[in-house]
Amino acid sequence: MNWGDDAQAVFLTLKLAFVVTVLLLAFGTPLAWWLAHTRSRWKAPLSALVALPLVLPPTVLGFYLLMLMGPQGVVGRATQALGIGLLPFSFAGLVVASMLYSLPFVVQPIQTAFEAIGARPLEAAATLRAGPWERFAHVALPLARRGVITAAVLGFAHTVGEFGVVLMIGGNIPGATRVISTQLYNHVEAIEYPAAHRLAAILLVFSFAVLLGVYRLRPQGALIAAPADGAPRA
Amino acid sequence: MTLEPIRGLCALALAALAFPAGADEVQVAVAANFSAAAQKIAAQFEKDTGHVVKLSFGATGKFYAQIEAGAPFDVLLAADQATPGKLAAEGKAVPATLHTYAIGKLVLWSADPALVDGRGAVLRSGQWKHLSVADARLAPYGQAAKETLASLELTQAVQPRIVTAENIGQALQFVQSGNAELGFVALGQVQPPDGSKPAGSMWVVPANLYSPIRQDAVVIAGTKVAGAATQFVDYLASDKAREVLKACGYGW
Repeated sequence: MNWGDDAQAVFLTLKLAFVVTVLLLAFGTPLAWWLAHTRSRWKAPLSALVALPLVLPPTVLGFYLLMLMGPQGVVGRATQALGIGLLPFSFAGLVVASMLYSLPFVVQPIQTAFEAIGARPLEAAATLRAGPWERFAHVALPLARRGVITAAVLGFAHTVGEFGVVLMIGGNIPGATRVISTQLYNHVEAIEYPAAHRLAAILLVFSFAVLLGVYRLRPQGALIAAPADGAPRA
Repeated sequence: MTLEPIRGLCALALAALAFPAGADEVQVAVAANFSAAAQKIAAQFEKDTGHVVKLSFGATGKFYAQIEAGAPFDVLLAADQATPGKLAAEGKAVPATLHTYAIGKLVLWSADPALVDGRGAVLRSGQWKHLSVADARLAPYGQAAKETLASLELTQAVQPRIVTAENIGQALQFVQSGNAELGFVALGQVQPPDGSKPAGSMWVVPANLYSPIRQDAVVIAGTKVAGAATQFVDYLASDKAREVLKACGYGW
């Protein structure tokens, strides 16, 4: 196993994490906004659904995704009907799976940040005749920027470290689905410890640097705070 | 007040639970492809000897790392020859107990009953998108599949359509779920132990297309139940065990 294979895996991992983070910020921010402000009875079930990947073993998630996205699965039938083909063993499949897997790491920090703003700044903006979009884009989003940055960094880092899901649906195809974590695992399994140590060191240094950056940004408290339940909003 | 009587009772109860008189407990690490056969053989061995066998299933490479780190296994039933040989050479296993307990057979298998013909010609067709193969570095069956494709001079032609599984169990999973139409797996995985016809369709790859998949057993050095462990390893060559091997699709 040469360095070129490892380099390709590193590059693919960064590409995957970047695409997933951008898509998750696009989908996750409106979802977090809704969760922060809704009084719907769907809030609790939806919050639980978003948090599920924190609890489920990734290989279990990967196994069910393999079934769901396969030719007999609901998702697989839909993607085939749409002419996309099947998602397992493809980069697109990894993107979809990683988005599910990293969802809580993006939604929860943004939701917490939105909740911390409270109603007052938004009401003030409303009295100044700011519309809903302006209140969101020019008031809430800038005030929640630390939450958004935390979400982006955590989503990115978590996707880089993803393993079980990729292992189950990836098929280990160079340049398409072979990422750092599966490459590292294969080195260990093949008893190629020097190559494994090298890749592990890269991953470790990267992860530490990312987390250090996040903690510098927000020195107080844990990264994923529980949404402030019943906190005064006025 | 003293705890001695209670402690004594507890020890007695534990001993009674764990061991019937004269019986030892043997911890066996078993290569994943051999799990169905190992369960049957272990049950038979327990009945015949009164010893207790505890089986752990997994990848041979992982067992190697665990045994190196002092994992409490008494016997290793590997998927290859190299790993037990390496352990014996390093003094982590007993060289005298090293022997081939089974020879695996490679099959090309599909969940679709109509896809695979009796000569493997489907490999040259465009009727499939993905061929599931275990990683040749990690799994002996993956190595055998690689050699088979090389023997058929198909390595280049099928390369873009290969999906690599980390072990032979996952290779089967990719095919069973329909995500790969075809896969190279172990006959022992798809052959029902009662000898009935396997589901789907398959081609038993002729043995001259790949080097024999010899699976070796060895007793781990430092075991506290050397007698029972050696007895179990020997039992693998008994008539009763070989009946199971044959039904499960292994040679010896």
